[in-house]
Amino acid sequence: MKVRVDPDKCQGHARCYGLAPEIFDVDDYGQASVIVDEVPVELEEKARLAVANCPEYAIEIIE
Amino acid sequence: MTQTAPVQDWATDFDVMDPRYLTDPFSIWDQLRATCPIAHTNRRKSSWMPLRYDDVTTIAHDVAHFSSVKVAVIPGDEDEEPDAGFQGPNLEYGLPPISVDPPVHTWTRRLLLPWFSHTRVDSYIPLTRELCGSLLEGLAAAGHADAAADYAQQIPVRVIARILGVPTAMSDTFTGWVRDVLEFADDPERRQKGAEGLLLYFIEQLEFRRREPGDDLLSELLHTEVDGKPVDDGIVLGMAALVLIAGVDTTWSAIGSSLWHLATHPEDRRRLVAEPDLMPTAVEELLRAYSPVTMAREVVEDITYAGCPMKAGDKVLMNFPAANRDPEAFEDPDLVQLDRAHNRHVAFGSGIHRCAGSNLARMELQVALEEWLARIPEFSLAEGEAISWAGGQVRGPRVLPVVF
Repeated sequence: MKVRVDPDKCQGHARCYGLAPEIFDVDDYGQASVIVDEVPVELEEKARLAVANCPEYAIEIIE
Repeated sequence: MTQTAPVQDWATDFDVMDPRYLTDPFSIWDQLRATCPIAHTNRRKSSWMPLRYDDVTTIAHDVAHFSSVKVAVIPGDEDEEPDAGFQGPNLEYGLPPISVDPPVHTWTRRLLLPWFSHTRVDSYIPLTRELCGSLLEGLAAAGHADAAADYAQQIPVRVIARILGVPTAMSDTFTGWVRDVLEFADDPERRQKGAEGLLLYFIEQLEFRRREPGDDLLSELLHTEVDGKPVDDGIVLGMAALVLIAGVDTTWSAIGSSLWHLATHPEDRRRLVAEPDLMPTAVEELLRAYSPVTMAREVVEDITYAGCPMKAGDKVLMNFPAANRDPEAFEDPDLVQLDRAHNRHVAFGSGIHRCAGSNLARMELQVALEEWLARIPEFSLAEGEAISWAGGQVRGPRVLPVVF
């Protein structure tokens, strides 16, 4: 599984980082990014949780 | 106080300061969502109030038609013509970045955001934990407390004071000013008193920090340059006032409401004590179910939105708390589920005005609950003692007697 953050949609809620810091980081200005190339199998559920908690619909999963 | 005649028709004549709304807005939202999901009132000022998640987030993103230059839910100074004879302090730029539109919004927000990044917020955890611990030390032995006034109210103001670089000994005074401005906005004298106290204080503090800069937000704003020029004093004053106003009532309300929930829902309280790993989702769920903040927008030009003939200058009350209880966006919205997996709540707003302090608020709420539950895992409402709720711009308990 791969995940992607759309930088134009992200508004820095940092919900992804709060729920899955192993997969996402957020910079000083609120911009979220993905810090892994491939989401490890054991973190896939966390990736889905981050998607389902983003208020801006900025995260998508690329299977 | 103005216009507190009881509401007969919530769809066409709502009043967010009506005592029924302050105590239980939830049933009123349900009724309106089913019959008239964008309510209107002419009380105070022509104002629209969307209640559906889709409408609230759509309007929040449409900054071209819905401006942030007037964000007060209860019309205040920003809604009045400037008085030419007035000699006191005023805010020519409002409270950037919350009450400005791009382009000023964009660069003022960038000045503020690093102070509330998650890495910076992590550095405030030890002082927050220590503060909560010392408050609880005083309370735990008594067997009873006002969880709002003795605990929740005491936390965010002190953390914010440290960030701004102003004395925490002034905390009660700061709290008083912020309440005057936000909670008692219906009383022009009180609102004026709070605003003046706060602005005169910051004008003095800014002078002091200009001469003797410290390692704090005020000093940095005074000594920073944007496009090769120092930031205008009026902007710095507005930003300083904003950080205090926005960082006190709001988070304190979220902490108070969460403690009210835990006092009245023993099964959730015990589960959170037994399963501390639930805290991250539990905090988001409590923020969703008891979102404190409503912000206003101003209609830029006449527009028909979802059949509503909105006129230039009308207010739109962005009811984020109601959006977060919309059954079209959340399954069983009135049920608090500490492990709720699908939770795109907008307690901190939506779009470019997402609360700049959301990382700080979330941390303070989590630490405040963890420390309380560690020392007072069993507590309930004090029987026969009244609870009071503030509302309007910010909803939360102001008197919350509990026993343990």
